[in-house]
Amino acid sequence: MHSDSAEVKKSIRTYMMIGLALLAFTGITVAANQFHFGVPVAVAVALIIATMKGSMVASVFMHLSHEKKWVYGALILTVLGFLILMTVPSFTNADSIGQPVPAIGGAPAGGHSGH
Amino acid sequence: MDKTGIHPGGEGVQAVAHGHDPHHEELGFWRKYVFSVDHKVIGIQYAFTGLLFLLFGFTLMMIMRWQLAYPGRPIPLIGLWLGQARAPMGIMLPEFYNQLGAMHGTIMVFMGVVPLAVGGFGNFVMPLQIGAPDMAFPKLNMMSYWVYFVGGVTMLASFFMRGGAAQSGWTSYPPLAVISDGQTMWLIGMIFLITSSLLGSINFIVTIVQLRAKGLSYMRLPFFVWAQFVTSFLLLLAFPPLEAAGVLQLMDRVAGTSFFMPSGLVVSGKVLTISGNGNPLLWQHLFWFLAHPEVYVLILPAMGIVAEIIANNTRKPLWGYKALVYSVTFLGFMSFIVWAHHMFMTGMGTTMSAFFQTTTMIISIPSVVILTALLLSLWGASIRFTTPMLFALAFLPMFGIGGLTGLPLGLAPSDIHLHDTYYVIGHFHYVVAPGTIFALFAGIYYWFPKATGRKMNELLGAIHFWGSFICINIVFMPMFIQGLAGMNRRMYDGGAQYAHNAGLPLKLNLVIGMAAWTLGLFQIPFIINFFTSIFWGKTVDRNPWEATTLEWSTPSPPGHGNFLTEPIVYRAPYEYSVPGAAKDFSPQFEPEKA
Amino acid sequence: MNIPYTVEERPDTGLTNGKLGIWLFLASEVMLFGALFSTYIILRTGAPEWPHGELNILLGAINTVILITSSVTMVMAWASLKLKDWAKHRLYLIATFVLAGVFLVNKYFEYKDHFDKGEGPWHSTFTAIYFTLTGLHGLHILGGMIVMLYLIGPGARLWKKNPDQFANRIEATGLYWHFVDLVWIFLFPVLYLL
Repeated sequence: MHSDSAEVKKSIRTYMMIGLALLAFTGITVAANQFHFGVPVAVAVALIIATMKGSMVASVFMHLSHEKKWVYGALILTVLGFLILMTVPSFTNADSIGQPVPAIGGAPAGGHSGH
Repeated sequence: MDKTGIHPGGEGVQAVAHGHDPHHEELGFWRKYVFSVDHKVIGIQYAFTGLLFLLFGFTLMMIMRWQLAYPGRPIPLIGLWLGQARAPMGIMLPEFYNQLGAMHGTIMVFMGVVPLAVGGFGNFVMPLQIGAPDMAFPKLNMMSYWVYFVGGVTMLASFFMRGGAAQSGWTSYPPLAVISDGQTMWLIGMIFLITSSLLGSINFIVTIVQLRAKGLSYMRLPFFVWAQFVTSFLLLLAFPPLEAAGVLQLMDRVAGTSFFMPSGLVVSGKVLTISGNGNPLLWQHLFWFLAHPEVYVLILPAMGIVAEIIANNTRKPLWGYKALVYSVTFLGFMSFIVWAHHMFMTGMGTTMSAFFQTTTMIISIPSVVILTALLLSLWGASIRFTTPMLFALAFLPMFGIGGLTGLPLGLAPSDIHLHDTYYVIGHFHYVVAPGTIFALFAGIYYWFPKATGRKMNELLGAIHFWGSFICINIVFMPMFIQGLAGMNRRMYDGGAQYAHNAGLPLKLNLVIGMAAWTLGLFQIPFIINFFTSIFWGKTVDRNPWEATTLEWSTPSPPGHGNFLTEPIVYRAPYEYSVPGAAKDFSPQFEPEKA
Repeated sequence: MNIPYTVEERPDTGLTNGKLGIWLFLASEVMLFGALFSTYIILRTGAPEWPHGELNILLGAINTVILITSSVTMVMAWASLKLKDWAKHRLYLIATFVLAGVFLVNKYFEYKDHFDKGEGPWHSTFTAIYFTLTGLHGLHILGGMIVMLYLIGPGARLWKKNPDQFANRIEATGLYWHFVDLVWIFLFPVLYLL
């Protein structure tokens, strides 16, 4: 673990560098917003930048890069569960047998396939 | 000095010899019995509270069954006491019927079975079976119980609110749940109950990983511990989405949001002034994402209990220990990708239907493996028909029926006919009632001596078993007939308004009612047995069942800290009838030579 | 009674109980926020139109900078403890607490602005999910602040009695705090930019 003080001193430099990188990426993600990409590209760009930032926080600040097997295992299970939760309800919503009945108010009810 | 190498004596709750805790002071009444951090006390608290809620939930069903057997007749004994809002002149109102239905389900699942199976048995037995002095986080454990308690009280209190308790089924589908009475308390109660389970699951996993005794590798764990382990992962990862969904529905009710409320809703002739654009199916996804793994939470601890009792009462090792472990782990994974088999009738297309149907069929495989392994464990056995064994044996065919009747429900085409009928009610009750609850009874009779130092009475146990077994089958078997005939569930009039229910399906309501009330009567020997045995049961020593797992090496009941010397494990968990051994069981905690 | 591996690591897993415990807790939190992100996806793909420019991007970006900085100060609070520099540790921990407070103050002004315009959670599915996601996140910030306050205040006494256990608690708090930062790293672009 990080009980060795020389190791901790080296890590401090890394923490600062990663902190600066995170701030830089924040600037990039706001700047990217100025370009009006199509929806899929915009989503991809935003998520890629966020994932990179998130990975830096997780692997460096949370020491995940030198964590133990049990923690990795639990997190892999969690990520799988997370991905299932993100994708399957949307797929199920999209795979519909037909259009829902239009509501009296005029606007169609939510959940039609294809956006 | 017995062969365990563990210092004898120290019977009773406060063991006198403390080799490793010189600062231990005598605790007052409140810290010892009410706000205790000892897993055994907490386990007993969970068990008692869970059993009380089971009894209460059962009573709600007995009242419902009156309405179904004798529609429109005043409820006997308590009818007039229920009041104008629930049963004017003693005759049940439809709204009250719906409250009984929704709360019966909620209470049985979240306040009865899981707290008893996981909170009760898991807390009391698991640390003992792994050789731990307590749970990894004793204070968190205590908090988990009290948060559960608050959630339970909130749920009970909801009956006394204006408008009554939740009445949109335990499934609480919007938009109905959002516009109906009683739902707010239900949502608040659920948030407490879910939080309790989440905290408990963290405790269980850390305890099993970190506090196993020396020599206790994973493949030497009793199957009961494996079952609790997988169950805890299910609770940890599947409950949070329902907690989130509960908050969302709460916001729909009190903050006027439209998470689940579609546009253009008209309630009682008035158009709702909400933003709309919500999605009712979103609730169903988030709800069933938990509720499907939840049913495995209901069955896995029961399978664990049955496995322990079968090994012990057959005097043989369990057949296929590795198969059991791999199956229960695989089952845990699969349980996260089958949930929309509860949603086949929501307009789902054929692609996703096929996906969920396939995963559902696949998940039946590990269940069958586990059931088969337990059945094969009986082959060539020297069976002792003790009360725990009677219940454990009955579990096998009952779970078999429950599981088999799940197949036409998991196949989308047949589900079209059977969805929301009494067939579904018959299916899941077979798994939970003569399935899980029988296993829980088995566990109570089995571990009662460990917790109290006394055995329960075998004759009363036999009466409890046979009466319950016969009655419970008469309650639930006819439901398959009713369901196949097309009788819908959750109908206040018992289905009388539909012509296709006339004749046998409707007549069966009377039979079911009679069986249900008789089933209630047969719980009386159990209740009497339970309480009289605490005071006057036959006293036993530390291992009355001559079992092999670690909990049987401690005094009965175990003292503070459980093990007086460090427990060491020398062999696999079910070494019964080892060829050449002096006795017909070789406990895990006994070294090779004395 | 002494529970083993509270302070020292169990040899075969290499973990203390608290370390495994906090990671499992964070796993459940991933699923909690995951459900809300899933809600966002379903509601947005099902909506006829989705508002743009209703949120103050500058304030959101400033809050992002604040939270990232607080993550740095938090990890420095732990590192200082490992280097036995008590004064630095106090400085960094209190800095984290203060930054968290500033974040919440900013959020207060943001919320007030919306409510003044009548754009509460009831206004649209966008505001509904915005308030729920940021509100739950804000509650987590508050929870973290309460824990930090305890560790700055009465909890700091543990450093004298059992320094290793205190360091473990700071580490666990740090893990929780970085997770809260991580959630915001996704929340900000998803709600404010996309």
